[in-house]
Amino acid sequence: MLELIPPAIFMIVAALLIGPARGHLRSAIVLAAPLITLWFVWQVPNGIAYDLPFLDYRIQPLEGSEVRRLFATIFALMAFVGGLYSFRQARAYELAAGYAYAAGAIGVSFAGDLVSLFVYWEFMALFSTVVVWCGGTPEARRAGIRYAIMHLLGGVILMVGIEGVAVDTGSIDIRPMLNNSVGTWMMLSGILINAAAPPVSAWLADAYPTSSPTGSVFLSAFTTKTAILTLILLYPGEPVLVGIGLFMVMYGIIYALLENDIRRILAYSIVNQVGFMVCAVGIGTQMALNGAAAHAFAHIIYKALLFMSAGVVIYRTGFNRCTDVGGLFRTMPLTAICGIVGALAISGFPLTSGFTTKTMISQAAADESLVTVYMLLAAASAGVFLHAGIKFPWFVFFQRDSGLRPKDAPWNMAAAMVIFSVLCILLGVAPDLLYRFLPYPVEYDAYTPGKVLFYLQLLMFSGLAFFLLLPLMKRTETISLDFDWLWRVALFRVASGTFAVAAAVGGAVTAAAGSVLARLRVVATRYLGTSGDDTRPGVLARTWPIGVTALWIALLLTAYVLIYYF
Amino acid sequence: MNESHHDDHWLARPATIKLLWRVFAAVLVLLVLAQAVIYVKGYFGVDGWFGFAAAYGFLSCLAMVLFAKALGYVLKRDEDYYDDGNSDA
Repeated sequence: MLELIPPAIFMIVAALLIGPARGHLRSAIVLAAPLITLWFVWQVPNGIAYDLPFLDYRIQPLEGSEVRRLFATIFALMAFVGGLYSFRQARAYELAAGYAYAAGAIGVSFAGDLVSLFVYWEFMALFSTVVVWCGGTPEARRAGIRYAIMHLLGGVILMVGIEGVAVDTGSIDIRPMLNNSVGTWMMLSGILINAAAPPVSAWLADAYPTSSPTGSVFLSAFTTKTAILTLILLYPGEPVLVGIGLFMVMYGIIYALLENDIRRILAYSIVNQVGFMVCAVGIGTQMALNGAAAHAFAHIIYKALLFMSAGVVIYRTGFNRCTDVGGLFRTMPLTAICGIVGALAISGFPLTSGFTTKTMISQAAADESLVTVYMLLAAASAGVFLHAGIKFPWFVFFQRDSGLRPKDAPWNMAAAMVIFSVLCILLGVAPDLLYRFLPYPVEYDAYTPGKVLFYLQLLMFSGLAFFLLLPLMKRTETISLDFDWLWRVALFRVASGTFAVAAAVGGAVTAAAGSVLARLRVVATRYLGTSGDDTRPGVLARTWPIGVTALWIALLLTAYVLIYYF
Repeated sequence: MNESHHDDHWLARPATIKLLWRVFAAVLVLLVLAQAVIYVKGYFGVDGWFGFAAAYGFLSCLAMVLFAKALGYVLKRDEDYYDDGNSDA
């Protein structure tokens, strides 16, 4: 019976209780709910648990499989460590929104049909927007509105796609699809919007860095990775994903290199990392899909760790930008070390989780003889070390002495960072812990001497490039334009221009109408008016003698008779 | 990080930084030389060449930094660009 309970329920209940609960009870709920959820995640049996009638369809809110459980596991684990990180610092409504958001992600993981998937998908969109708004600043409010518009638009596109697929095939099952109809294309587009694929990648780096230091930890984990899971379930081997993934990989690196805001650097590197996974789903072999799932699992851990490290810095100093901080390793050694572990993991350094998972994707590309993909992924691995692996810890913790001497992390934030740091290294040293839970059997050994040497050369020489090119990478207090310029500025200008033209036309019409009316008034006054400049009334308003009137009537009648006869 | 910082953290002292550079350089040299002993499997031929990963890592980073720099001239704007009343925000 227990295995029939959707695990997401517990997170939703926790989200509802966090508000009314106070003090230790609230802390207990925050810390216990994800662990209870985690236990129930592991009770979900393979296959569809049950189905319910809904309109003409059968709804299956709970379907288990290896890859679904893997993603739900990391989402629940993320909620626990994220809760631990934030329960003493974040406000209750932010925690509640974060937990509801996690519930949506876990719900998507187990959704057995497209309608349930859509419901949980929108649930995530709603509560992640609330998490963005919890940033509390005017920028957060505005970025949250842009974020909500983008995700609601994505939701509508997804819904139209689902309806198209339902009409075409008569089925709303979640299974691998051939991308050959308008419906499947729309569905793919809706999912890719959540994966921050081009041309809408900008929503991620726009919204996440405006949230609170605790909120961005939650935001970094769920939306893009549920999109990856959904792609694995629906579109494995879809060729267009390879190109999209490679674009995202390069986009993330280039924009992160240009960026000054600490968390925006990390946000761009989410796009970069998700690009690896999208590319892997596009390759679509068992090795590639294993790689995508494993990389998503490892990525959530090290990316959250990086956001936690950045979050502590922002929480303690109040500064968001590289140009404001530096030299913080002196008083924040633990935060610095955890940040470095996260940075090494994201770069795929040997002995970290990034190495044991990301190289599976490169291996899949090599196995399929995709030389361009393999080479670009290798270049991107070097680029990740450049933009996140060294850049983030260097500019925040070393660089120059900013004179700031903030205290290190509070104990709960420190505990959360240590847990994830240990996991980063554990999954790097003992990858079998993760490999055995992957959807397909793993026949892959990350630690062949040749492979380790290849990646060490690649990474260490990109490190050399970083330090030699430092003068070229001087931080500037700027932002970089993105595709969102098209709707934030160009569309705005078109709209304001349209309004201005409409206002001008409207004004001209009003003026013309006014002058016509004024002229009519003059004419009316002249002929009908009872008073004017001269005191004589208008010609039609005068009193005429009876004889003149009778003459006019006789003339009119004559004219009438004449017209009648001819 | 100049002479007056002798009381600074040991990591920030010029002597330490000099030492770190030397260690770093030695590690780089060793990593390339190690390929004489350790066989690196090349999947496409070229990636098995001696020191390929080292050169490729360095050059691709150089290319990316230069490309980003060039793109920056086109795309970079003041931080308050979107607050100037020429957009919705």
